[in-house]
Amino acid sequence: MPQFRMTGRGLWITALIVPPLCFVALFIVYPIISAFAYAFFDWQGLKRLDFVGLENFHTVLFVEPYRSWTLNAFKNNIIVFFALMVLQNGLGFILAYALWRELPGARFHRIAVFLPVVLSTIIVAYLFKLFYHPLFGVVNISLKSIGLGEWAQPWLGQSGTALWSIIAAQAWHMVGFPTLVFLAGMQRIPSEILDAVRMETESEWVKITKIVWPLVAPSATIVFTLLFVGAFNWFELPYIMGGLDGSPFGSTDVLGLYFYRTAFGNVSAGQQDFGLGSALAVLIFIFIAAIAAVITTRLRAREIQL
Amino acid sequence: MTVATNTYYDRKGILGTLGRDGLLQIILIANTILMLAPIVIMVFSAFKTTPQIFQSPFGIPDFTQVQNFIKIWSETNFLRYLLNSFVVTGASMVLILTLGTMAAYAIGRYAFTGANFILMFFLAGLTLPLKLAIIPLFMLMRDLSILNNQLSLIFVYTAMGLPSTVFIMTGFIRTLPSELEDAARMDGASEARIMWSIMLPLVRPAMVIAGIQNVVPIWNDFFFPLVFIQNDSLKTLPQGLTTFMGEYTTDWGVLFSGLTLSAAPIIIIYIVLSRQFIAGMTSGAIK
Repeated sequence: MPQFRMTGRGLWITALIVPPLCFVALFIVYPIISAFAYAFFDWQGLKRLDFVGLENFHTVLFVEPYRSWTLNAFKNNIIVFFALMVLQNGLGFILAYALWRELPGARFHRIAVFLPVVLSTIIVAYLFKLFYHPLFGVVNISLKSIGLGEWAQPWLGQSGTALWSIIAAQAWHMVGFPTLVFLAGMQRIPSEILDAVRMETESEWVKITKIVWPLVAPSATIVFTLLFVGAFNWFELPYIMGGLDGSPFGSTDVLGLYFYRTAFGNVSAGQQDFGLGSALAVLIFIFIAAIAAVITTRLRAREIQL
Repeated sequence: MTVATNTYYDRKGILGTLGRDGLLQIILIANTILMLAPIVIMVFSAFKTTPQIFQSPFGIPDFTQVQNFIKIWSETNFLRYLLNSFVVTGASMVLILTLGTMAAYAIGRYAFTGANFILMFFLAGLTLPLKLAIIPLFMLMRDLSILNNQLSLIFVYTAMGLPSTVFIMTGFIRTLPSELEDAARMDGASEARIMWSIMLPLVRPAMVIAGIQNVVPIWNDFFFPLVFIQNDSLKTLPQGLTTFMGEYTTDWGVLFSGLTLSAAPIIIIYIVLSRQFIAGMTSGAIK
């Protein structure tokens, strides 16, 4: 009888675990492994041709015009990452600190700062595209109405401002996320530590740099890593606001757009190339995985166990 | 907290405290205005005609003027997109929560060989950016002949949602006491009966967290429909929005109403359930 029960339970566990495992294996693990394999073949449309070794990697890294496209997109991703580090995570930390004091209205401010986060990126992209319109957008109209008319410009239409305008929209969209993660980190700081600090110093600066910042290190690790992965996967906002070509003149081109364009083609570039696209995907993937691992281990090392 | 803060205030003097808290309060108020202004302008503009938007973008509109919405209702596929989003999101959520709970229950409740390995297998999916595997996914959907079919979206979303759901639910299920379970087993209840009638009612809070964490990205997703769905009548809301925005480029009143209508469902639910939303959406990032 016990023997029978054990097999019965084994079957029951198998029945519970196999269907979910199949989904993850078929739609996550298998595609990611295949992406690596695809990169070593020549492709014509949807048809796989010969094994070509590292040629696709060589092409996207060293053969013009792919080389300059890759470098340009990569450079823009780096700008996006560092800009958002300041505008999204830096501002998020300050806002979290302000919310943490539980001043009157803190609850309302907390709901407001997170509201844009729940919106679809596509809505945010179109909304800001309308706001940045050179003639009728609220950005230029506001500048004119406060007497700064000469600052008004075609924000998305010129190379110098386009990427930064999209970065600003992204920061507006997502600043609430690091804010609330940092806030949760601050709320976990034990009150004994805070009381001890109050006895020692009156300087707000010392308190932030020596106590709060080191103690929210776990939140910082997660927020930095997520921002890094997000910045190098950036797609929706530049796709809607700058277009698939990263116009004007590639100034808003990022790796996500470039990868999509190479893989699936577009009106101007014509051909789709799964081989080159997969090579790009593999390179982006390895880059993200390697740097994210470094960021995580480096930042973990400075976390303090409470 | 308040008591300790008060003594600190006393030592520092009320003016210094007011100065510092005043600065923080100003930062918060300025930020809240900055956060809400675009949404308020969007909603106001939805009730204006295009010339009104151009002339007074910040003016308060006549909220009885709803011709933009009527136009969307009668001339576009908007309702279809909304319905499609409900179907795809709903089906994905049912699958995610069902399969996620099954896996988490097996891992969290039974000691068996390989349980940890299976958990690691699920967790590996947590960090992988699936967008980069879009080419093989495209080929896979083609081979399953579900390209241009909403099943492709439902399957991908389910697979993407499972790792976080299994992670959250396993952690929660492990904390549940085993007395009830043991008592039921003594009474001869089957394993399925124990799971369904005794344990499942207890895991609802974790289901809410896991559900919210997944429902928002799925409802808002644009990338996978962009690749998988071509047929206009199958498009989800974010994807349909691109079609719609392309058709009405010069009619700003209609554009803003379209954006307002797309944003309305999630904004309303968020305002009602803001606490659960914030907890759910940040749960992956908070230990």
